[in-house]
Amino acid sequence: MAGDATKALSNDVLWGGGRSPFSISYGKMMMWFFLVSDALTFSGLLVAYGFVRHSTTEAWPIGEEVFRALPFLHGSYPLIYVALMTAILIFSSVTMVLAVEAGHRMDKSGVIKWLFATVIGGAFFVGSQAWEWSHFNHGSGGYIAMADGTKYWVETTDHDTHDPAHADGFQLVKALPGHYLLPDTLPGGAKVEPISGDAAQSIWKNKVVYMAGAPFPWSGHGIEYNEYGPQQYANFFYFITGFHGFHVFSGVIINLIVLLMAVRGIFHRRGHYEMVEKAGLYWHFVDLVWVFVFTFFYLL
Amino acid sequence: MERDDIIEYSLDAHHSEEQGKKIRRKIWLVTLLLAVVTTVEVALGAYWKEWMPGSWQMVKWTFVVLTLVKAAYIVMTFMHLGDERRNIRAIILLPYALFILYLIFIAIWESQYVHFLWQNYL
Repeated sequence: MAGDATKALSNDVLWGGGRSPFSISYGKMMMWFFLVSDALTFSGLLVAYGFVRHSTTEAWPIGEEVFRALPFLHGSYPLIYVALMTAILIFSSVTMVLAVEAGHRMDKSGVIKWLFATVIGGAFFVGSQAWEWSHFNHGSGGYIAMADGTKYWVETTDHDTHDPAHADGFQLVKALPGHYLLPDTLPGGAKVEPISGDAAQSIWKNKVVYMAGAPFPWSGHGIEYNEYGPQQYANFFYFITGFHGFHVFSGVIINLIVLLMAVRGIFHRRGHYEMVEKAGLYWHFVDLVWVFVFTFFYLL
Repeated sequence: MERDDIIEYSLDAHHSEEQGKKIRRKIWLVTLLLAVVTTVEVALGAYWKEWMPGSWQMVKWTFVVLTLVKAAYIVMTFMHLGDERRNIRAIILLPYALFILYLIFIAIWESQYVHFLWQNYL
């Protein structure tokens, strides 16, 4: 980037008045200050998560075991969906920076093209977030606990049943101690064999607790109890991803408004596309926050 | 009222077609880097425990370092902070870093006591 920021000016000139000592416009500086304060908020949330996780005496859920489903597919794909969401957001960040670059060349059609791609990417991310929430809230088929504390995960092909023992595809999977989720393989690498038929029915009869899956959309796992582990895990999941998701949503709206302004040629008449740059700063910040959420909530 | 004593900094950001080509090349290189780092992170998270059980602590620190690398590239290249003057860079980054490093320190410190309390007295 060329311009005033690269000029070698002495401190006397820079701070002597009549100019911005930072060589940036008022709007851009205020956007940066806002982003710093917003970054403090997000950092506070993530540090609070770390505090709770570090101080808890219960086993904490493991990201790869909780988030491992893909829409329309059965089986285990640890973190693949979150990685896809990350990729979508990073690529929409790239299209945004390309829109900013086009604006610096006063290339109106380039700005429109790349901003449009950014809006689409952001909308896809918000939609993915909605699926992630609904999936987390819905949870699995629930579990039963025996008198000695052994846990079995309940699996059926009918996800919305109240009576799994009589539902199609009923089977039980013995839970691993210290792990909340249904395992595919044992620590040694052997495949876990689900229990079905009469053996499953007799275990079912001797259960002392049945924690059901979610029969109704808003009485699911995150809200009343959390099958994945401590309740705070679900609280932080909803709060952090929700707060971030709200930022993405407002970012999409802001980008849409800037896109419409670009289409109407307002920036072209103004002689510069700085508004695209300022919206871009916000949008990159949203991407930046997600990079940290991805690491500290999902990976660690 | 029209003022002529205000410098229009937004016009400074304009650049030519050739400079644009160079900038776009840099953008795509950073994109590639971010994609590769994310892929490595997911692969480590999903498969490391099967490959090398017991070294999870090391992977965690790898994640933290890789995240900071990604964050640095996003802030410096995508948000153009690397192209701004040194004084604005310092004003954005230093107070934030100072405050958050202290917050992280105190949260880890105190959470150890809370953990100890819950384990022994409650």
